[in-house]
Amino acid sequence: MSDASLNSSSTTAPMAQGGEAEFGDFFALLKPRVMTLVVFTALVGLLAAPVGVHPIVGLAAILFIAVGGGASGALNMWWESDIDALMKRTSKRPIPAGKVTRDEAFAFGVTLAVMSVVMLWLATNAVAAGLLAFTIFFYVVIYTIGLKRWTPQNIVIGGAAGAFPPMIGWAAATGSISIESVLMFALIFMWTPPHFWALALFMKGDYHKAGVPMLTVTHGRRSTRRHILVYTVLLAMLAVGAAFTGIGGPIYLAVALVLNALFLRDAYAIWRRDEAMAEADGYRVEKKAFKLSLYYLFAHFTAILLEAALAGYGLGGWG
Amino acid sequence: MSFREEHELHKRRFGRNLGLGLVLAIFVALVFGLTIAKVSDNDFKVPAKQGATN
Repeated sequence: MSDASLNSSSTTAPMAQGGEAEFGDFFALLKPRVMTLVVFTALVGLLAAPVGVHPIVGLAAILFIAVGGGASGALNMWWESDIDALMKRTSKRPIPAGKVTRDEAFAFGVTLAVMSVVMLWLATNAVAAGLLAFTIFFYVVIYTIGLKRWTPQNIVIGGAAGAFPPMIGWAAATGSISIESVLMFALIFMWTPPHFWALALFMKGDYHKAGVPMLTVTHGRRSTRRHILVYTVLLAMLAVGAAFTGIGGPIYLAVALVLNALFLRDAYAIWRRDEAMAEADGYRVEKKAFKLSLYYLFAHFTAILLEAALAGYGLGGWG
Repeated sequence: MSFREEHELHKRRFGRNLGLGLVLAIFVALVFGLTIAKVSDNDFKVPAKQGATN
């Protein structure tokens, strides 16, 4: 954490007094929007697994994975409250808004992190609990505290933390790690960089102001556009290739072909543009690509879920 | 005898306490449900040491 960013936070963020936060403020610390992605992908991992689980055990597993993800979010906000206060997108979060103190957020995050790992272990197995513990550690210590403010590859590394939930869901059902769960991990891992770099292109200024070494800041916007295209090509190869594995099938293949063609088209358009063109139309293409990337991941995991659900009737997969 | 006017802070605390109460109630119900699910499982076995003492 830089001294400069610490100093600036003390002048911009209102001081919170302990014990005055509302229930909703603590809920906001869990990053509920990110949590929906965690819940959905973990659920797909759990349901796509070849081993069935008792519905109550499945519900508990998803809930504790979500709580673990939320705890990571709270600890992320605890550490990043100084830069959150500087960025427009994050300035209304509970700590910079003066609703929750840093100490409260830290205690809340640590308590939920420990509780979620122990409860997931009791509800399912040690592999799932171990993966959840590693995810929290990776996101908070390796990414947030360690690398985010040091390397422009922060998004690539941070993407790994967001990619673990389907693996944890799969492990909760099977008690192991397999090629299918690693593929689901890889799908989110490769999707994260183009998704966030597209956002960084049109949220210009925010990361620069906060001193976060985003690719747009360290290597320039031309290089970021090139990176988006390269990562999207790699992502498309992986996403379409996964159709011919245990998690794929005809439905998944159709979804992957359509969405990857659209995403590649947008990534190519982003690469071809320069800043003058983007400024002229208010970053229309970059915003479109970012929006598409949200549907992209949701649709791929829905297709995996559909293939798994149809397999129960002898219809899913490649027969 | 006069009633003290309710401060905005009291409303906030009530909301927080109510929320926490609901979360705890859900947690208790979930642990209870998990226990039932685990002991009703066909693979469930009482540990040998504990079974011998019962």
